[in-house]
Amino acid sequence: MTLWLERHVPKLVLAPSFAAILLFVYGFIAWTGWISLTKSRLMPKYDIEGVQQYTRLFDAPRWDVAMNNLYIFGALFIVIAMVLGLLLAILLDQKIRTEGVLRTIYLYPMALSMIVTGTAWKWILNPGLGLEKVVQGWGFENFKFDWLVNPDYAIYTIVIAAVWQSSGFVMALFLAGLRSVDSEIIKAAQVDGIPTTRIYTAIIIPSMAPIFLSAFIVLSHLAIKSFDLVIAMTNGGPGYATDLPATYMYAMAFSRGDLGQAASSAMIMMLVVFTIVVPYLYSELRTRND
Amino acid sequence: MTDLSATQGAARPWGKIALRWGLYVLLGLFALYYLVPLFVMVTTSLKSLDEIRSGSLIALPRDVTFDAWAKAWSGACTGIQCEGLRPYFFNSIAMAIPAVMISTVIGAMNGYVVAQWKFRGANIIFSLLLFGCFIPFQVVLLPMAKMLGVLGMAGTIPGLIMVHVIYGIGFTTLFFRNYYVTIPVELVKAAKIDGAGFFRIFWSIFLPLSLPIIVVSVIWQFTQIWNDFLFGVSFSQAGTQPVTVALNNIVNSTTGVKEYNVDMAAAIIAALPTLLVYVVAGKYFIRGLTAGSVKG
Repeated sequence: MTLWLERHVPKLVLAPSFAAILLFVYGFIAWTGWISLTKSRLMPKYDIEGVQQYTRLFDAPRWDVAMNNLYIFGALFIVIAMVLGLLLAILLDQKIRTEGVLRTIYLYPMALSMIVTGTAWKWILNPGLGLEKVVQGWGFENFKFDWLVNPDYAIYTIVIAAVWQSSGFVMALFLAGLRSVDSEIIKAAQVDGIPTTRIYTAIIIPSMAPIFLSAFIVLSHLAIKSFDLVIAMTNGGPGYATDLPATYMYAMAFSRGDLGQAASSAMIMMLVVFTIVVPYLYSELRTRND
Repeated sequence: MTDLSATQGAARPWGKIALRWGLYVLLGLFALYYLVPLFVMVTTSLKSLDEIRSGSLIALPRDVTFDAWAKAWSGACTGIQCEGLRPYFFNSIAMAIPAVMISTVIGAMNGYVVAQWKFRGANIIFSLLLFGCFIPFQVVLLPMAKMLGVLGMAGTIPGLIMVHVIYGIGFTTLFFRNYYVTIPVELVKAAKIDGAGFFRIFWSIFLPLSLPIIVVSVIWQFTQIWNDFLFGVSFSQAGTQPVTVALNNIVNSTTGVKEYNVDMAAAIIAALPTLLVYVVAGKYFIRGLTAGSVKG
């Protein structure tokens, strides 16, 4: 008996987590998937009715806005954060004496809650007393900056805040990548008189391809999950101009009492994450096992 | 090309110095970009409402007042209740500390098994755990709300602790697994020959080596849980909300005059614990951030 226990103790240790994950991740995904195929409204119903929740979802103008916003927000957020992060990493990699302090400054927003970030930027960008007034005070009296309350531009204010919060993190990723490039190769290139810019574009950056991929995965994952920032800055408004899939799902689930729509929109979010993350995780795990 | 490098050679000292200066200026400007929002938050929180309305966003406060801080802590309204952030701050502490401890202990044991006590299927279980880190939590919100109701934990802090533990163990397992995988298997083999068992080996070989990764895991989990909003807003009720939810309620409550100074003070109070952790243990914070995303 004790021998059996001794032999199986690793399995027994892992078992509760395994069971929990099976139920609370995979079981729950299945449950949401099931509900997305029913006519559930305020209360869950369990009779499968087909894909009508999805056709309703794709017909809903509000979902359309949410998906469009996700493309705009996601693309701008990922591209700007990556470019800024890479730039900062390269600048910091030039044997800067104050690197430690600067790195701390660039990265601290990552320690903040998105609600805090959103609150700060909402105040800074508010048209009456914020940035607009500052620039007007500098003598540009016709300066207008009302993006936060302008339905056509409000989504870009979310990008501004999100980039501010996450670009330091991308910098940290890239900096770690720059430092891990074989210094012998770089030294050899320097001895050969190859200019620094060329060393970066031809040797260092190409060798960081896996880090670009990691940064992309993490950022796109952040973009899809973005919820708090929108709630804090615009609450999805004006109207539903800054809705993202995450806020749409939340509104359907907790204020509109439309469980079917909530479930189907959550499943679409899941699908988007799947298509990005699964190939990545698969290749990661495979190379690790080799 | 050769011509260029010849002229470059002649101008090198001056060009180099100018480049160096430009570099520092650029880095300084970026530092400003990251610091200005924090600066604005602090200065706004120290101004009176009159001064906010009449003065400039980026001006230093003329008369420093801590009234907004006092109100944010114990008087601001989060809806009908006007007790400030204080009760919610303690809710967050009561939620975060047990959730961090439990998820770290579970992660350490899981990581130890997956890295050093592989059995058939252990890798599949690890992959399933890892994948759980990446799901958008929206996909589990509805069934979790129902489950918490069934368990009688709806709207309670223990309920939130459970949720954070469950969706945190993927990450904590990853941290410990990646750390323990670097410890040579021969060590475990030798210990086994000496007659040490599973827990004995963990206790006397692995645990003493684990301090850095424990710090990483604790900091990661604490930051995640303290800053969480989605679970907090979905699974709490009046009185059990975490601080992020209360902050959002204060800032976005539509009743009365908008008190920007109180909003900013409240935001800083809500941010202080994680900022403090970052300042004290930034190195470990960064390690946690990059642990899951850099191949290694």
